[in-house]
Amino acid sequence: MNKNPYSPHTEADRTAMLERIGLRSVDELFNAIPRDARSPRLGIGAGMSEQEVQAHLEKLAAMNKTAGSGPFFIGGPIQRRYIPAAVPVLALRGDFLTAYTPYQPEVSQGTLQAVFEYQSLLAELLAMDVVNSSMYDGGSATAEAALMAVRLTGRKKVVVSSDVDFTFRRTLRTYARGAELEIVDVPADRLASSADGAACVIVQHPDAFGTLVDVRAIADAAHEAGALCVQVTEPHALALLEPPGALGVDIAVGEGQPLGIPMSYGGPHLGIFACRGGLVRQMPGRIAGQTVDADGVRGFVNTLQTREQHIRREKATSNICTNEALAAIHAAVYLSLLGPEGLRAAARAGVARAHALANRIAALPTCRIANDGAFFDRFTLRTEMGGWDLRLALLERGIQVEATASHYVDGKRRGRDDVIVQCTEMTSESDADALVDAVAEITGSRQAVAAR
Amino acid sequence: MTVVKRQPMPDAGATDVKALEPLLIELARPGRGGRHVRAEANADIPPHYQRKAPLGLPELTEPQVVRHYTHLAELNYSVDGGMYPLGSCTMKYNPKVNDRAASLFADLHPRQSYRTTQGVLALAYELEEMLVKITGMDFVTLQPAAGAQSEFTALLMFKAYHAKRGDAKQRRRIIVPDSAHGTNPASAAMCGYQVATVKSDARGNVDLEALKAALGPDVAGFMLTNPNTLGLFEERVREVCAAVHDAGGLVYGDGANMNALLGVARPGDLGFDCVHINVHKTFSTPHGAGGPGAGPLCVKMHLRPFLPKPWIVRESDGTYHYDTAREDREPESIGDSIGSVKQRLGNFGVLARAYTYIKTLGDEGLTETGRDAVLAANYLLALVREKYDVAYDRTPMHEFVLSAAKQKKQGATALDLSKALLDEGFHSPTVYFPLIVPEALMIEPTETEPKETLDAFAAALNRLADRAASDPTSVHDAPKNTPLRRLDEVTAARSPKLKWQRPT
Repeated sequence: MNKNPYSPHTEADRTAMLERIGLRSVDELFNAIPRDARSPRLGIGAGMSEQEVQAHLEKLAAMNKTAGSGPFFIGGPIQRRYIPAAVPVLALRGDFLTAYTPYQPEVSQGTLQAVFEYQSLLAELLAMDVVNSSMYDGGSATAEAALMAVRLTGRKKVVVSSDVDFTFRRTLRTYARGAELEIVDVPADRLASSADGAACVIVQHPDAFGTLVDVRAIADAAHEAGALCVQVTEPHALALLEPPGALGVDIAVGEGQPLGIPMSYGGPHLGIFACRGGLVRQMPGRIAGQTVDADGVRGFVNTLQTREQHIRREKATSNICTNEALAAIHAAVYLSLLGPEGLRAAARAGVARAHALANRIAALPTCRIANDGAFFDRFTLRTEMGGWDLRLALLERGIQVEATASHYVDGKRRGRDDVIVQCTEMTSESDADALVDAVAEITGSRQAVAAR
Repeated sequence: MTVVKRQPMPDAGATDVKALEPLLIELARPGRGGRHVRAEANADIPPHYQRKAPLGLPELTEPQVVRHYTHLAELNYSVDGGMYPLGSCTMKYNPKVNDRAASLFADLHPRQSYRTTQGVLALAYELEEMLVKITGMDFVTLQPAAGAQSEFTALLMFKAYHAKRGDAKQRRRIIVPDSAHGTNPASAAMCGYQVATVKSDARGNVDLEALKAALGPDVAGFMLTNPNTLGLFEERVREVCAAVHDAGGLVYGDGANMNALLGVARPGDLGFDCVHINVHKTFSTPHGAGGPGAGPLCVKMHLRPFLPKPWIVRESDGTYHYDTAREDREPESIGDSIGSVKQRLGNFGVLARAYTYIKTLGDEGLTETGRDAVLAANYLLALVREKYDVAYDRTPMHEFVLSAAKQKKQGATALDLSKALLDEGFHSPTVYFPLIVPEALMIEPTETEPKETLDAFAAALNRLADRAASDPTSVHDAPKNTPLRRLDEVTAARSPKLKWQRPT
């Protein structure tokens, strides 16, 4: 029996193959390898049957506390949303899951049309001219937007709002080390006046804390300074808020995971990347385009490939090769199923629940909502004990929230010590009750009320 | 066996356009929809921010959506359906238990406390250890989401390494062989490096003298794939690495061809300072029609300080957390780390599949994989070498490169042959890469194709060689048995249509 259960080669096969090649042993194929480096002992241990490996993985999984196992309010770019049953059934079909990149379009029309439709759906949602077929995630999409702006303007300074998600800003700073860019973090209210000499101004709306931001004013100021405006956004927000294309934004990016893709502890996710039509030749990533075949039948191909690494090498707009095509297909299936009404319903649910919950929390004497203005479906909660300690106390009660004190970029902590609460259509009434009760108890609201 | 063409039936009546399948926007009608999410009360959005732009998403019902994507799926070639002999892609079988294992980790948010994700950390920590053993390196980052992002990460680390030693400003160049994959120079350019190319010699190795001439105090590093994109093991690999080190540079290992080395040799024993792994190649994770993948980067000790953060720490009591702090508060200082290219542990859902695969195979299974992959490639080469020119007269590893120069003279180019192969029921090999072989056909069978399939593929290739000689026009007219004929890529690029037009 083979040690590799996926290799169909029997000893008879191997013998026949060796005979045909004219060798006696497979070892003879490795003569080019330095003798002392051949056949290393790996030391990983014995292999397992499928049954054993399944049990092993289940044991590891049991050591985790899933998001759904209790009241859950961690969000940001990655969100716990309702995934319709048909999404994995369709998107994980072997014909999509185990297909290769569509370099032979004649046998890849499933992929290419699905990706073209994804591009079209996101173009509608964002109200942007062109959408590519995916980047790795929102963070790398943000970083590549900055690089694109640098190529287009020839400037090396990038201004980014300090209210952009901290992991995106961290990835941006890491990417910026390559081209030796100057990344300037600016509070949101100073963004408009900081655009001079910048390649782009990067603003997030709704921002990392859920606050709604006046993107139009920032885009106008950026353009006056000869800079591009990059908006970081999120898909459900776009069902209810003015989209980037209507706000003067040049490049729109974001995390597409909430569109029917599981959270999976951070990946695989979906980097949304869109731009104004005039900028498309500097856009990174693959793009599917419509054409016809030799018989005049409509079909789709990867196009504008001269931007890409396999053609332009060091002159490519990006090094990206493998992307998140399957995640893009998930998103397209999700949007097809939900349609405009379903997407609005899911978005409204998050907003309504967040506002109801915030009102209840604001009514507690020990707490206040710390957002700088109106918020979408997440908000920050400020209390005297500090968000860091509150988060730990809530965790002890089985309630998961995020604390701003865990955010840092280059060692600079944000300076606020709040808890962030994200709601989606998955947030239940009992989740909300549990959070309010726990916060009240932990922060001594009951005592505060009694003491009055 | 005769190949019979199956034409999937498109949705009837949705469009007058000659098409395999209507677009979603053509299937949509106002008023169609589902009820996937509970209807909700109104949400309070200040009027200034409310969406006024139309939300023109297509309105469809679930039965339509299912039928549509089922039709699209049926138009696709896939590993589940057939062999992909694509060189350097390692299109091996994607085990289903890996997918099921990954789904156990679906409902976990990366910003959850480490206290609630001990299983994630245990898996990741063990995966890092296993990759160290397989590659002969010392430390691993699981963060990069793909091979290209891993290359970029490594080159940023090279830059940081040289900066720490005080000569990053001089070391502005990265050298790559002329057979390098396009992502190599692209990644170097993203890192701010100039790229120099060094030629390969008559045996398909890096020309050592040319490399030595190109090396100097202005070189940061050399990127090498081994076995290289010709499928050949670098015969003087240790001398190549030594030459780079002598000049003060670092050697990056592009691990795309790691399948040939599993249990056969370790990059760490050959002189490499680091190597990336494409788990969607070597470790069987599915290609997903273009992605996702994952690209762990394995490094030697001297590069460790520059690795992206956070690092996983294992305590003596067997629990795990992220480095420096027992709480989830991330450290004030990241030391010499370059930062992070993706949060936490990268594409964990993909890595869980790779982990499951490695655990399934174990030492002997991995070694058998490497050996079978190399055997299968050599067998296939023996079957086709009479009718095609072989680029280099050497024993290849897990892949080999043919040249269709002879067939081109007869009237059938590598492109024509690749399309004609589609009619034979096989996906084509990689064509026109590596750039140094004219009319290149790069072929990698992998270890999961049965011998009968290899025989059938060789027979198809040989038949095409005969047709190129006797009736090249028929090859030139291919494909005819695929859902579409050749597509007009020129017009697609000249007048790009990158999204649908809404029907008026």
